[in-house]
Amino acid sequence: MARPFKPKVLTANRLIEGDVVYYAANGEWVSAHENAMFIEDEAEANDLLAQANAQSYLLVGPYLADAVLERGKPVPTHFREAFRTRGPSNYDHGKQAEA
Amino acid sequence: MYSYSQFDKDFVQTRVDQFRAQVERRIDGSLTEEEFRPLRLMNGLYLQLHAYMLRVAIPYGTLNSAKMRQLAMIADKFDKGYGHFTTRQNIQYNWPKLNEVPDILQALADVEMHAIQTSGNCVRNVTADHFAGAAADEIEDPRPTAELLRQWSTDHPEFAFLGRKFKIAITGSPNDRAVTKAHDIGLRMVRNDAGEPGFEVIVGGGLGRTPMIGKVLREFLPREDLLPYVESILQVYNILGRRDNKYKARIKITVHENGIERIRELVEERFVLQRAAFGEFNHALFNDIEAAFAPPPYISASTDAFDAAKSSDPAFRSFVDTNLSAHKNDEYAIVSISIKKQGDTPGDATSEQMRVMADLAEKFGHDELRISHEQNVILPHVHKSHLHEVYKTLQAVGLGTANIGLISDIIACPGMDYCALATARSIPVAQEIATRFDELKLEHEIGALKIKISGCINACGHHHVGHIGILGLDRAGVENYQITLGGDGTETAAIGERAGPGFSADELLPAIERLIYGYLEIRADEHETFLQTYQRLGAEPFKAALYPETKIAAE
Ligand code: HEM
Ligand code: SF4
Repeated sequence: MARPFKPKVLTANRLIEGDVVYYAANGEWVSAHENAMFIEDEAEANDLLAQANAQSYLLVGPYLADAVLERGKPVPTHFREAFRTRGPSNYDHGKQAEA
Repeated sequence: MYSYSQFDKDFVQTRVDQFRAQVERRIDGSLTEEEFRPLRLMNGLYLQLHAYMLRVAIPYGTLNSAKMRQLAMIADKFDKGYGHFTTRQNIQYNWPKLNEVPDILQALADVEMHAIQTSGNCVRNVTADHFAGAAADEIEDPRPTAELLRQWSTDHPEFAFLGRKFKIAITGSPNDRAVTKAHDIGLRMVRNDAGEPGFEVIVGGGLGRTPMIGKVLREFLPREDLLPYVESILQVYNILGRRDNKYKARIKITVHENGIERIRELVEERFVLQRAAFGEFNHALFNDIEAAFAPPPYISASTDAFDAAKSSDPAFRSFVDTNLSAHKNDEYAIVSISIKKQGDTPGDATSEQMRVMADLAEKFGHDELRISHEQNVILPHVHKSHLHEVYKTLQAVGLGTANIGLISDIIACPGMDYCALATARSIPVAQEIATRFDELKLEHEIGALKIKISGCINACGHHHVGHIGILGLDRAGVENYQITLGGDGTETAAIGERAGPGFSADELLPAIERLIYGYLEIRADEHETFLQTYQRLGAEPFKAALYPETKIAAE
């Protein structure tokens, strides 16, 4: 039996800057994880990923990452994804700097 | 310092121009990422977690003040004001933008530097003893040979698509500071019975997921035979090496699966042909290269001021005790500048620090600098009369830390703070350990101790050859750290032994503390190093210190 689908966010790095971005429900690529679209349907997730793969002039390496909803906002489940929302822990050189 | 020939210049410039065009085509959409990726990797450009990363080669770890200043300029103009020195004598920039990378490569080319062959399945940047040309124990400077290898391997068409990456390290000293036994090929200079220098050729060493100590392929190889011999090794590997499984593709596996005798047979067979094909050794070319690495014009002066400063300035004395090494000229010393200030990121230097080191090299160091595989910077030739001033200048910019070879002189790979392959972080672990033992004021009492940390099984942080090795893993979605003990990266190379179950990030520092206190209790006297105690007593007492509960349970 197929495993139940775990909800996802769609993420990638921007082609020029390399910044981590997330796909938002309005079709934009945004930098805050909490503004990412929370994708609960597997077919939709795969469609969106295919579309992202076609946007290779904008993005590098799109993929789907596990997420859960907390207080209505998507939150990463794995520490790697959590680090990607922030930036490195040794300097405020990533997104922390913008916060 | 070796200067580019017209050929070198043209080659590097062509590559910069090519890459500029490739980046343009990537950005305008004519190249997909799939098409572009191998091209960018050939030029040292990776995509990491938060940004791109550009890896710049520092061939055999040698550079001068002009190059160091350019690295600082690049850090300021194109990055966030710093660079990361690595175990492979590279510098990595963590925040370049794709459209600016061609300009960075141009800035590098302007000072005869590049990022070519710092990635991909080719012969990588050749690394060398960072004390080359200065060390008191050296037979001969290995860098002319390293440069010869660089010229031979750069853009070598036959070896541009090997089964896997290929790393060569070289040392001219019996004390191996270049970890030659953990490289695909390690070259150790030795003398034959007639007293002539040549190389012991070691093959099949490597770390990563299957760590192996290299085996001696040839006990003595005359220098004249080096290129045909190395080419023969590469040819045998290129044909025999596995391409079906990336994890079994390094030459260490080829040697392991076929046996060193078989490899030796095949290499020697090829070598007969290759030597004939190469023809006479080009002495004129080699002499020209050698001249570029001639010893600097040493000065001679009184060293009284040095002795006086040593007795009047205790901080300087401590620096002298830990950060200086014996130079072949008695009046000189080799200065290791620690890029490991407790609490800072191992290997990261700011642009200001780079400029200060460049100035010192120019003023007091015969314009030479080195990058060590231990992620420190070396001033290889400093007259003793200048040491106090050098120290004070370093001290003023946070570079005066007296901890070379001590517990806080930790090698740490970028780990999950930067690296896309990481399974856990390594930098914060290094920061915590260094800070803690500095607070305890125990560093000097503990003495020589090498801690090396990798953020995944690829072992970029050399953890297998750390006296204490730490490997960061992902255990069911939580960072977990495995400890290995008794590793050694020198001429007596050994792979560390796994101590037991891993520790969570919170448990790790207390575990390291128990381990160190355990060692201090059982060492024969204060001169017996951690590694010596380990070699004398074996792993058991160290495991008992790490896992006290199991000991109690067993009683
Ligand atoms: C984007 C960052 C990096 C990536 C993707 C990367 C990738 C890898 C991989 C895949 C291996 C295993 C190769 C094998 O076993 O066949 C490896 C090994 C190694 N890397 Fe890295 N690495 C990175 C950064 C670094 C850094 C920062 C250093 C220096 C501090 C470094 C030095 C080494 C060394 C010394 C080894 C082990 C020796 C060997 O080749 O067996 N790497 N790296
Ligand atoms: S050891 Fe792993 S985490 Fe560390 S730099 Fe290498 S690939 Fe990245």
